[in-house]
Amino acid sequence: MRKLYDWVDERLDITPIWRDIADHEVPEHVNPAHHFSAFVYCFGGLTFFITVIQILSGMFLTMYYVPDVENAWKSVYYLQNEVAFGEIVRGMHHWGASLVIVMMFLHTLRVFFTGSYKKPRELNWIVGVLIFCVMLGLGFTGYLLPWDMKALFATKVGLEIAGSVPFIGDLIKVLLAGDDTIIGAQTLTRFFAIHVFFLPAALFVLLAVHFIMIRRQGISGPL
Amino acid sequence: MQRGKGMKFVGDSRVKASNRMPNKPKDYSEYPGKTEAFWPDFLLKEWMVGAVFLIGYLLLTVAHPSPLERPADPTDTSYIPLPDWYFLFLYQLLKYSFASGDYNVIGAIVIPGLAILSLLLMPWLDKGPERRPSKRPIPTAIMLLVVASMFYLTWESVVNHDWEASKAQGQITPKDLGLVPDIEIDENSEGYKIYQSQQTCVGCHGGDLTGVGSNPMLLGNQLTAEEVEEVIRNGRGGMPGGQFSGTDEELKTLAEFIASLKEE
Repeated sequence: MRKLYDWVDERLDITPIWRDIADHEVPEHVNPAHHFSAFVYCFGGLTFFITVIQILSGMFLTMYYVPDVENAWKSVYYLQNEVAFGEIVRGMHHWGASLVIVMMFLHTLRVFFTGSYKKPRELNWIVGVLIFCVMLGLGFTGYLLPWDMKALFATKVGLEIAGSVPFIGDLIKVLLAGDDTIIGAQTLTRFFAIHVFFLPAALFVLLAVHFIMIRRQGISGPL
Repeated sequence: MQRGKGMKFVGDSRVKASNRMPNKPKDYSEYPGKTEAFWPDFLLKEWMVGAVFLIGYLLLTVAHPSPLERPADPTDTSYIPLPDWYFLFLYQLLKYSFASGDYNVIGAIVIPGLAILSLLLMPWLDKGPERRPSKRPIPTAIMLLVVASMFYLTWESVVNHDWEASKAQGQITPKDLGLVPDIEIDENSEGYKIYQSQQTCVGCHGGDLTGVGSNPMLLGNQLTAEEVEEVIRNGRGGMPGGQFSGTDEELKTLAEFIASLKEE
């Protein structure tokens, strides 16, 4: 191992990268082993942990899911009832979607109440709020995909709200639903594309920026 | 090439200590505490927290399979919509008179928009160097108020929702699974006409006899004419008796018609 590391390090100077990822000190005030109340600093990490689970379980779900009005529900029903561990994988994606919102909410409150968004961390706070919005978008678009009754009618309400934005409301609605009035085949494929490609792409970029900024600035000091 | 080790940084950051950044966090050396190496000591502890969390998460998944209602049917206008739980507070907000109807834009756009905008601009709304919540009472109070109202609105939404009706309206029926038996219905028969004339029959079992929502399908039933008559008179399970509003003779004809709906 050591030899391999040295071989790569000699060519690419990976030590600074290794320092950023792993070889740095964790200050006492964020370490629950020293102060139990420091568990509030775990919420961000748990949010990331669930996000990783969401990505993995989502990748497996797309092996069976069909984004089409005829077959979407049937594919989910088949996945849920026939596929080995399908119920577990779908269950993890379903409950993970709720848990990630909870953890992210708690993480936001921790950052707020410790005043960690203050100078010099303003930019990271903004990126964090954008991540929050992307996550809510993922929740909203993912809710339609099983194409069952609750999905259809919740999306209907959501699109009506989007349509009530002054001036550009109708444009947003058509962009999301593919039609002025119909919530159908177009809506399902668009929501699928947004849920699986557009928003995850945005999420990866924002998460990368979020983490790079944390490493550049370090964790905020004790109160 | 200057390696990462041996350089001086602010705290555990990658920003070089050059005093360029005023209002910077204090260096950790100023807090003579017990710092710990991330790799591998702290990471192991983090993994233990993660493992405990994962166990709870998996238990939740196993104990409560994720819900699936019947396939989307845009023509069903009686369905009461409900968003996922974390949007419930917004959904509830839109029910109040100051945020619905003509004022819908207030509840749907203005209030959530302002909330997200002020969250984004938080570092500039609260510019002071103080970090302790108790030393910046106004932002702390506003945030507590917002969180409390989100909890309150979610709670109001939950207690005002008819969960029983919600559960019933989404049940998967055999019809949804393509399990309708191949039975020819004689639409000219006397029994069929009596069936269609009874609102209570059609209301629950459907004009095509396949059942509405979670109510049973009549096609392919296992009952004899006498048993059907008995069920219509006295009810069974969730079905109340005494709903038939015709003569005894019509009841007999109807019962015979329903009993005849069997696969060959």
